[in-house]
Amino acid sequence: MELQPYLYLSAITFVIGVVGVLSRRNAIIVFMSIELMLNSVNLTLVAFSAFLGDVTGQMLVFFAMTVAAAEAAIGLAIIISMFRNKQTVNIDDINILKW
Amino acid sequence: MESVPRFQSSFAGFARRSACCTVRHCNQKTSSTKNFFKPSVTLETFLFYSLGAVSVGSALMMVTRRSPVMSALYLVLNFFALGGLYLSLHAQFIAFIQILVYAGAIMVLFVFVIMLLNLGDEKKLTEKFSWKKIVGAGLSFGVLMELIFVFAYSTASLPPSQFEKATQIGTVENIGMQLFTTFLFPFEVTSVLLLAAIVGAVVLAKKKLN
Repeated sequence: MELQPYLYLSAITFVIGVVGVLSRRNAIIVFMSIELMLNSVNLTLVAFSAFLGDVTGQMLVFFAMTVAAAEAAIGLAIIISMFRNKQTVNIDDINILKW
Repeated sequence: MESVPRFQSSFAGFARRSACCTVRHCNQKTSSTKNFFKPSVTLETFLFYSLGAVSVGSALMMVTRRSPVMSALYLVLNFFALGGLYLSLHAQFIAFIQILVYAGAIMVLFVFVIMLLNLGDEKKLTEKFSWKKIVGAGLSFGVLMELIFVFAYSTASLPPSQFEKATQIGTVENIGMQLFTTFLFPFEVTSVLLLAAIVGAVVLAKKKLN
């Protein structure tokens, strides 16, 4: 097995996440697409770590997962408070920061 | 990139060798060349392509489903496929953390929030078609082309592959050793980050700020 197929796979998964962020309007699905992009970058890091024989990539994945857990908790709390104020999770209706 | 040798794990190499032997034994009279009947699909490539297909397919389904619950379930499937890919890269600790933390904890949080929000009937969830989505898909296709161009035509040279060492570096023992020696300070800082996340989540999801 070579390194290149892992890089292509993570590129494809990352771009599927980008499509989700750019084209979906449901805030929860946008958030899940962000998680998908984080995971595809983790795959790149683990592949490089395995093929270069260096543990640092896997440590970075470990810390990225910690940050992702914190980010999921905060983001879902934001979505809950958004839904409480506006009764919707459609990101087109939530535009009070836009001017 | 062409100078990187072909990587075979010990198990796949053993499987290929034994397959070669049996094939050569059977066809000893017809062919005397050793490498003629070398199977082109090893266990590793088979695992990679099947898990990669599951990963890409579930990611596509996740993006295109209307209901957030179905999206969350397809995302769990994608996380399991990624965990399998990590195992095929001999990153055992990361693979199990992936299953435990992502597919377990984070996705339970997602499903819990979806249940809490009570999004109502499916008709309200349909998103209308707009030209912005076409532009978004075109832009992301551009990103894909850019990434593939970088991966395929980059002239940066990698050091020679150390894939045979990968079985030793991904173990829980080695990761734990590194975590509590070299990466001790980031590990401690992580606790502050998680504390901030707990406080932030409680404050944000509280009923009223006063």
